[in-house]
Formats: sequence, C-alpha cells, structure tokens
Amino acid sequence: MDTLAPDDPTPDSLLPLPPATFHILLAVADQDRHGYAIIQEVAARTDGAMTLSAGTLYRSIQKMVELQLIEETAERPAPDLDDERRRYYRITAFGREVARAEAQRLQALVRIARTCGLAPRSA
Amino acid sequence: MPLWHLLLHLLPSAMREAHGAEMTALLRRDLARARGMGAVVVLATALADLVWNALRAHLDATALDLRDVWRSARRAPGFATSVVIVTALGVGAATAAFSLADHVLLRPLPFAAPDALVKLWQDQTSRGYSRMELSPGNFEDWRAQSSSFQSMSAYAASSANAMTPGGALRLDTAQVSATLFETLGVGAALGRALFAADGEPAAAPTVVLSDHVWRSTFAASRDVLGATLMLNGTAHVVVGVMPAWFEFPTRDVDLWLPLRFTPDELDDRANVYLRVVARLRPGVTIAQARADLNAVAAGLARAFPEANDKTGATVIALRDEVTRQSRTMLLALAGASAAVLLIACANLASLFLARSVARQRELSVRLAMGARPRRLARQVLTESLALAALGGVVGAGLAMAAVPVAAALVPTTLPIAEAPRADLRMLGLAALATLSTGLGFGLVPAWRIARASGGELRHGARVFGTRGTERLRGLFVVSEVAATIVLLVTVGLFLKALWQVQAIDPGFDPRGVVTARTALPLPQYEAVTARTQFYQQVLDEVRATPGVESAAYTSFLPMVMGGGIWPVLLPGTTVPEDARAASVRFVTPGYFATMRVPLVRGRDVADTDRQDSQYVAVVSRSFAELYWPGQDPLGRHFSIALQERVVVGVVGDVRVRGLERESEPQVYLPAPQVADGGLAFYIPKDLVVRASTTPASIVPAVRAAVMRADPRQPVSDVQLMADVVDRQMAARSTQVSVLAAYAGVALLLALVGIHSLLAYVVAARTQEIGVRIALGASRGQVLGLVVRRAAWLAAIGVAAGVIVAYATSRSVQALLVGISAADVGTYLWAGMVAVVTTLLGSMLPAWRAMQVDPVAAMRAE
Repeated sequence: MDTLAPDDPTPDSLLPLPPATFHILLAVADQDRHGYAIIQEVAARTDGAMTLSAGTLYRSIQKMVELQLIEETAERPAPDLDDERRRYYRITAFGREVARAEAQRLQALVRIARTCGLAPRSA
Repeated sequence: MPLWHLLLHLLPSAMREAHGAEMTALLRRDLARARGMGAVVVLATALADLVWNALRAHLDATALDLRDVWRSARRAPGFATSVVIVTALGVGAATAAFSLADHVLLRPLPFAAPDALVKLWQDQTSRGYSRMELSPGNFEDWRAQSSSFQSMSAYAASSANAMTPGGALRLDTAQVSATLFETLGVGAALGRALFAADGEPAAAPTVVLSDHVWRSTFAASRDVLGATLMLNGTAHVVVGVMPAWFEFPTRDVDLWLPLRFTPDELDDRANVYLRVVARLRPGVTIAQARADLNAVAAGLARAFPEANDKTGATVIALRDEVTRQSRTMLLALAGASAAVLLIACANLASLFLARSVARQRELSVRLAMGARPRRLARQVLTESLALAALGGVVGAGLAMAAVPVAAALVPTTLPIAEAPRADLRMLGLAALATLSTGLGFGLVPAWRIARASGGELRHGARVFGTRGTERLRGLFVVSEVAATIVLLVTVGLFLKALWQVQAIDPGFDPRGVVTARTALPLPQYEAVTARTQFYQQVLDEVRATPGVESAAYTSFLPMVMGGGIWPVLLPGTTVPEDARAASVRFVTPGYFATMRVPLVRGRDVADTDRQDSQYVAVVSRSFAELYWPGQDPLGRHFSIALQERVVVGVVGDVRVRGLERESEPQVYLPAPQVADGGLAFYIPKDLVVRASTTPASIVPAVRAAVMRADPRQPVSDVQLMADVVDRQMAARSTQVSVLAAYAGVALLLALVGIHSLLAYVVAARTQEIGVRIALGASRGQVLGLVVRRAAWLAAIGVAAGVIVAYATSRSVQALLVGISAADVGTYLWAGMVAVVTTLLGSMLPAWRAMQVDPVAAMRAE
C-alpha cells in the first residue's frame, strides 16, 4: 500500500491513540477480521458502550494501513462462508508494539489515578 | 441510495475504492433490519457519518502529507527555503504595489454612490488655467442655474486660532457649504454634521471636529457636543465629530466650519478661491453636466465680462483627481512588481522542475513499493501548496511593512488615507497570488506523475527529460535576465531624472533657514500699524538671538503656496493679456537676504516704505524682462494689488510653484503698503529665519518672541526650508527607492535562478565533464564550458530586455524631465550589471565543474 514515509514513525510518536484505533488494534490482535466483524467485536468487548460507525471504522482502517499498524491479508478464514467483497485485516508487528505502548501508557495513568484514590486498588 | 452513491465520491479515492463496496453492504444490511421510519433514520445517520468521515479522511491525508513535506524540507532545506523566499518576495512585491495602485486608482471613494461625485472648476484655458477655483458669486449662480446636479457644495482651506483647554492652537480648517456632507453622503460619527441651516447668515456659529482633534484636544469626550470652542475670538458650538476615515478635502483638516458669504464677497467675481464638489442627478453623464455648466458660464461671461470673459466649466469625476504624474508613477510601480512576480514565477518553475527531476528516483522507489500515482501526485501538490502558503504569509507581512514606506506615492489631491490599511482586499490578493503560485508550480509536476502509468516510473523511464528540462530552465533564466534589465533601465532613468530635478535651482538657498507661521487674526490686526508693530517686535527679538543672521516675514513660503496670483495692469504693454499675471508677496525688509534670493538691481524693500509713502515694488528678473525687455526697469510704474507701484529693485526668480513647474513672474511689496483691512489673504504670516547655528535650536527663541509680542497668537508650521524643498522630490525619491528595491530583488532572484540552473547542469553532466577531463580537456576549458553557457543566457536575456525596456521607458517618458528613454549610458550600465550578475551566478558551479575527479565521475557510471 501507500508507504510514503521513508523514515517511519516510532510507536511513542503515535501516542495517545484515538480510542477507535486502539479498539480496532485489539479486535484484530488475536485473529484476522473483516470490517463488520471488527464492529461486532468492539461492541461485544465493550458491552455495547462503543459502537463504531461504518465511516469511522473505514477511515480509521485507511489511516492505520498507511501507518502500517495493520495490513490487509490475502488469506480468507472460511472461503465458503465468505463474501468476496470483504477485506480482512491483521495486526502488524509495529501495530503490536504501538498497542503495547498504548496499554502501558494507560496502565501508568491508572496507577497515578490509584495513588490519588481515584481508582480501585485492584483492577 | 443514489444520494449515498453520490456522496461516496466525497471520500478520498483510495478509501472509496478499498472500502466503498463494504460500506454500502453494511448500510444495506442495516436498512434491511430497520422497520418503518427506522430506515429513514438509519439512512440519514449513515449519510451524515459518511460526509463527516470523508472530511476527516481528507484532513488525515493532508496531515500525513504535511508531515512528509516537513520531513522532506528537513532533508532538502535549500529547496524549501528557496521556494519560501522566492514566493515571499514575489507575493510581497505584487501585493504591496497592487494595494497602492488599488488604493489610489481603483478603489471607490469612501462616500455614498461615489461614481456620481464630480469636481467642478472654471476653465480659462486661454490664460493657461483649465482648473481654476470659483468666486462666491459664480458658485451661487452655477448652483442656481444648472440643472444637472442633485447638490453642489463649495469649500476652501483656511486656518483658525483656537483657544482650547491645552492653550492657543493653530488649527487647519475647511470652510464648507453647509450642504457638503449631504453632497458627499456622509454623516457624523458623533452628534451631527452640518445642515443647510448652519449656512444661514443669522445662524449661530457651529463647528464639526475631526476625529484626531476630538481625540488629541478633547480627550475623546462625548461631552464635547454642545461645548463652545473659541475660534479667532468667536464662540462656535461643537455639533459633531466626523469618523476617523473622513479626510475631505485633505488629510490634515482639523475642523469644518460653515461657509457664509457677505454681499460684498458675492459681488467680487474676481476673488476666486472656492473649490466645488457636486453630485450628478441620476442618469446625467459628465458630458451632459459639462454642456449644462458651459451654458451657465457663457451667460455669466456676458453678464460679468470683466471677471468671467472666456471662462467655461471643467467637470471631472472626483475619482480622477489624480495627476498624470501620480498615475504614471503608480503604473510604473505596478509594472515593476509584475516584473518581480514574473521573475519569481520563472524561478519557482525552474526550482520545481529541478526538484521533480531530482525526486524521480525516490518516486520510482515508492511506486515500486505499491504507492499509487495519484497519491504521489497529491503529495507533490501538497508540498508546493504548503511551501507557497508559508511564502505567502511571509510575503503578506513584507507587503504590510512596505506599504507605509511607499505612502509618499499617494497623491494628496484625493480625499483618501495616506496609505491603504491592511485589509481583506490586500490579504485576499496575497492569498490569490500565493494560491496560484502553489497550484501553478505544483500542478504540472503532479499531473505528469499522475499520468505516468506506474510502469513508466517504475522502470526508471524519465518523466522529466534532462535535456528538455535544461532548455526550459534556460528559457526561464533568459526571461529573468530580461525582466531584470527592464527594471534596471527604469531605475536608472528615474534616478537620472531625480538627479536632474535635484539639480534645479529653486532660486533661493533653503539651507539654514527655519520657518514658523503666525497668522494674525482680524479684526484685531486689521490696521497696518498694529501688524507693523507686531512684526517689528518679533523680528527685533529674533534678530537679537545668538546664531540668527537675519529674519523676515512674508505672505507665503515658496513651494508651500503656489497661488496668490494677481493681474498686472500696465497701459501700453505688448504682453498678451493672458500672460499678464504675477505672483504677489508682501514682505518685510530682509526677506531676500534671509532666503538668499539674489538682489540683481536697485534695493530691497525698506522700513521707509510705509503706508503713507510712495508705493513701491521689487520684481523678479523674468518680470522685468517680460514688461521692459532690454530696458532699465527701475523707476517704472505698473499697477498690481489695487495700487500703482514703482519698481525699486530687481531680484532673481524663485520656483514659487515647485521645482518641476513653471512659475509666474514674482512681485514683492512692502508689508505696510496696503489699505487697512485690505487683501487679508496676503497678510504676512510666515516668518523665515536664517541661522548660522543649527536652525532648529533657535525655535524656542522664536516661540518666546511671538509669545512676548502677543501671548494669544500660536506658532504653527515650524519647519526647515530644506524640508520644504525635499518634499518637492519626496514622490520621486520614494519612487526611485521602491523601484531600486524591486530591481535589487529582481537581481537577487536572477542570480539564484542562474546559479541553480548551472549547478543543476554541472551535476547532471558530471560524467560528461569527467570524460572530457580524462580525454585531456584543461580546467580552463571546463571553466569556459560553464561560463560560456552563462554568458549566452545573459546575452539573449539582455538583448530581449533592452527591447522591452525601451518600450517601457517610452511609456514613462512624461516623468523623465527630458532624460531620453533611449539614454545609452543607462542601458550600458544595466547590461553590465546583468552580465556581471550572471557571471557571479556561474562562479560556484564553474568551480565545482573544475573540481570534478574524472576517475570518480566515470566510476559512478
């Protein structure tokens, strides 16, 4: 895809991640998913608190592909069940690094909140 | 759904192609699940979501592109800096010049329906005046008898002594018909403007303040309305304050007073001092108005042949009250800025072309990695737009800083501000220039990249050929040199013209002379004896001040006041009637010595020339030669200023009307030789003092002397006579400085253009040069190769430039005070400067070419 930048960004330079981006990374962390599946996965993981609109989803995907956080995969999990229009995405190694960095950032934040008595002792 | 498919096109093409179908499928699924009105809600939400995210996606892509622009600017700072500087100079020059030209020549005047406003003058072309002021009687008759005008108003500049909370002040006033504000369609900012009723003879005196007087003297207090202001000893009620932008008839008006005429004034048709502005009736053209007024004037010529013989009417649009000189100067400036913009554009085109060639390899790599040509094109375009925008911002800043400097080019004859304010028009112009630069030089390379099928670039085919690029860039350099020549020639000619004007002898020596004004008010100083006593006391004290060589009073300073013309009566003279006019000044003894006007024959006016002694006159050499050619003028009699006078002295001629204008012959009369209360306009009020020390250092003594003679009289208009003369050249020197700055910018840009082209040529031909050196070419021959190329480009550019420069110079011939548009010296000088610049620009590339290591160069192959 469009890999324009010869010197790529570091994980830290992308933080903090927009919530939609982080959720998409989490949704494709364990298995490749297509767009609609990502929407469903995010909704399920957050008990419906986060519903990605189609526009937000695909705009985020577009940008994440350009930043090489995720990539399109040619493999289709179950070809007979699959709609051929669907594109599947998987997390890249860089995407994993970025997701990890974001998780650490959030963890550190929670730790601070905890010392201030604003979060429960054990999460 | 058709709307959905249409709006899908708002998405960036890459996103639409990748995800459009899936997004549509998702929407279909949601619609299938919805029931009744639910489907409408689903569709509406989806459409809004689509539009919002399309916008965000474009912003995301732009942000990514800008990040890349920043990175690439850091990698190639030379290119980015050059583009920003070149754009800034081009946009700055164009914006500054066009703002000034727009301000003076194009923009509507700040009055209601300004196109209907006209200036009216008496036309006495047979006597050499096509624009002469009106007498009160003629003005009233023009107003009553013409049918073309909705309203007609007169005004005259004057001044008044005001007693204010801060002490006695001399204020510049405009005496205006009470209908003036209605004619112009302007209201007061505070209170009211003048009404027709204010002009009634029996009305209580009223006054309207200017914004700056209101602020400086009355602390911007709203309580000023209804307050009393003492002007020349008469109480005036303040009725209003005008807006700050209102500058009619001139920029320095402090107060507006209603103009009223006494029956005597209405009878005196020879007393012409009123300027007239009028508003045409709807549908009436200027030509119709002129015909109408000429018919009225013909009637007045029959009724009052003595004053109105051969007098017609001139009607011109108020907007066109710009002298030809101002107009030509501004057009020259606009032309110069267009040349700078052209050079800047040629330079940018050249820079972007070279940049495209240099990036070819990088672009090929990216394409090979899967980048889409359209995406790359977009990025190239973003780069040019971003750099141009940065340059545009700097350029607009430069323009804002430069415009006030060039304010001397704004003529004082127009009722507009001294300099255009930085407003939306100015910034809009800068933005437009910037956008067209960015688009112009980004689009072509972007378009070529977008069109290149991936294969072309991917396989290393050159979208931008080296040879073709070189030729094109050579053409740019030639046009830069040509435009530079045009600017250099113009500057050279204007500079010579300025020197020519500077060399004109004003007829007096302004160095070391300081002047100050004290206008003695009537009726207090109606009697000649009262005035003589005042002058005597002030002059005695001033002359006794250490460092003062001499001092005197005069009616008007030369160049400050060009008028004060009186007909000469001399029975039996053969001088044509139309030429029998002289500029009249009443002076005290010592005026000629103070101004160093040479006394050619006879004597100066003296203390013995009193009101009750014989009336005498000192005349200028041209006056004597006109009326008594080849004869002794001393002892001759003639009548002027209501009295017969005898010539007692002859002095040198003075450029009364200004350095570049013809002046009438001059007549100087002793200050006391006038009837009490007569010729109030000519009462001496300007003190001239010649000092052997710094002239400014004696000003406190002058103020103290006036204070002791009459503490109620203010001292105003303190200035050096040298400054008065310098102001004569202000527009010209500003013009030369501005054009010189433009020429300097042009030279710099041309230098950059030549340098970058040759550097590019040398870099592209390193191998060829290496082979030549390996085959035995000497370093001198390599140097010759580069320099020859530069010399060729310069020669073609100079040749083309000379032709255009000649055509351009002819169009400004009117400003060249006799300097020929084909002045060979100027052209030689301009050509030499351009050639030297070109050679300078070729030095570094030539040196690089000489340093080429043949072995390394060939190994690189």
